[in-house]
Amino acid sequence: MTLRKDLAIIADWIAPRSRILDLGCGEGELLAYLRAEKGVQGYGVEIEEARVVAAIRRGIPVIQQDLDQGLRNFADQSVDTVVLSLTLQATTYPRELLLEMLRVGREVIVTFPNMGHWHARWQLGICGRMPMTDVLPHTWYDTPNIHLCTIRDFESLCHDNGIAVHQRVVLNDLRRETWRNRLLPNLFGEVALYRCALMVR
Amino acid sequence: MPVEIPVDSVGLVTPQTVTFSAPLELECGRCLPGYTLAYETYGTLNAQRSNAILLCHALSGDHHAAGYHSMNDRKPGWWEHLLGPRKAMDTERFFFVCANFIGSCKGSTGPASTNPETGAPWGLDFPMVTVRDWVKTQAELADYLGIEQWAAVVGGSLGGMQVMQWSMDYPERLRHAVVIAAAPKLTAQNIAFNEVCRQAIMTDPEFYNGRYYAHNTKPRRGLSLARMIGHITYLSDNAMRTKFGRDTRGGKAFSFGFDVDFEVESYLRYQGSSFVERFDANSYLYITKALDYFDPASTWGGNLAEAFASTRANFLVISFSSDWRFSPERSREIVQALYTCNRDVSYAEIEAEHGHDSFLMPIPQYVAVLGTYLGRVAEEVGA
Repeated sequence: MTLRKDLAIIADWIAPRSRILDLGCGEGELLAYLRAEKGVQGYGVEIEEARVVAAIRRGIPVIQQDLDQGLRNFADQSVDTVVLSLTLQATTYPRELLLEMLRVGREVIVTFPNMGHWHARWQLGICGRMPMTDVLPHTWYDTPNIHLCTIRDFESLCHDNGIAVHQRVVLNDLRRETWRNRLLPNLFGEVALYRCALMVR
Repeated sequence: MPVEIPVDSVGLVTPQTVTFSAPLELECGRCLPGYTLAYETYGTLNAQRSNAILLCHALSGDHHAAGYHSMNDRKPGWWEHLLGPRKAMDTERFFFVCANFIGSCKGSTGPASTNPETGAPWGLDFPMVTVRDWVKTQAELADYLGIEQWAAVVGGSLGGMQVMQWSMDYPERLRHAVVIAAAPKLTAQNIAFNEVCRQAIMTDPEFYNGRYYAHNTKPRRGLSLARMIGHITYLSDNAMRTKFGRDTRGGKAFSFGFDVDFEVESYLRYQGSSFVERFDANSYLYITKALDYFDPASTWGGNLAEAFASTRANFLVISFSSDWRFSPERSREIVQALYTCNRDVSYAEIEAEHGHDSFLMPIPQYVAVLGTYLGRVAEEVGA
């Protein structure tokens, strides 16, 4: 069973036999892998009907729910890790959701497409058009991605809300980690992966 | 009458009965001196006896879940849309069992049956039965059929309550629990509706304190009213608007009297009067009480998660967006409790127009969720 590179990094960050929530789990590929390979107990949360069925077909426990309605039904600190993979930008209240995730889980893993990527900057800054990339393939008028941000934006959100970044990996457009990504992540990173927790006060 | 039976139906089925002669201790403290269960089966039990699924019916349902009893039947069983060869509940893979619960009137022992002590119908002397008692009788049926463990127990509405009770009372005897359009307990509003229904029956002059059998009559008006009220709560506002609107019967002008003007009135009267022909008023009283009493969390200080803590099954919970009798919110309470006690649970909230009755309809997403889940179960049990 092989995973997409960004999902493989997330999988590496999750402890064996831990309990997790995967928000916006899609067809449940990450959870299927984690359950089979690491004995993880996990639930997916997904809103889209066809994906719910696909996750059930994989044998993944999936809860159909709208993330914009919050996570009230999940108790405080009831899982080890809450994952939000390439979904943050499509939520109505990203900050509130992030804080909710930190209430439910000890640790959160958040990944998002970086709008600071040079290709996006080029399209907006030079061509004067709203960026369209392979992770953001939608036109501006019918995109589900309503809250796009850059790596610097996200880190400033964390800073302002007492969220500690424990680990960060930035991948380029080929989903690889290169020296350029490390040197200038906000310019060369297309997908950013973060492992965060609340700061200990 | 079906001119010919559709190819996707289980076809002609024959109800069966089994009588248990040992006394049955009931939750209310009383004892039933033996009882009969009417049941039907569909599909074939495999050699390992691993592919059996128990279906639990709702208030006015019975053991006739699919197929036809004869070529003269106007309608098939109540879950015909979902139960049959290659349907969401696939009779080519599973062996389904559906039993009429005691207290009902469709062949299992109930208030209209003969009290062996008096030789007359039980009437209101019939002991109060609960969801827990029903599950106990279904477990005896499982023993009788030689089924040690169900691949799944599946039920909608009051049937979903039985499924939950099964998972708590016999955790090792079911692998999967499918709880559809149910609630962990009734709300005050729900109990209120039931009470109005019961009052309609009990205040009917033909009720004779439940001994109407001896007077060769029945509380027609009361039972019919009860059904009309119930029916309103099973449909959504939208479904009624779509189905009837303000259409008058036959497009006629207002009568300016109290006879039927609107289609919806005509429909409700028909539902009420046809129900009287096929249902016993006392059974209606007993079953609505069983609904009201159901509250498995009550023995755990109201903590539903603790009530589920002993369960072993994996769960699928399904609700319908327009169901206001057992709303999605109520199903989410079940899901939340199962999440809290670490059970594997999947939850689907189906967009549906038909209110509570949606669980009987072949809504594509509902069929996909249920069929896919049971497909996994089939692989798991080698069905």
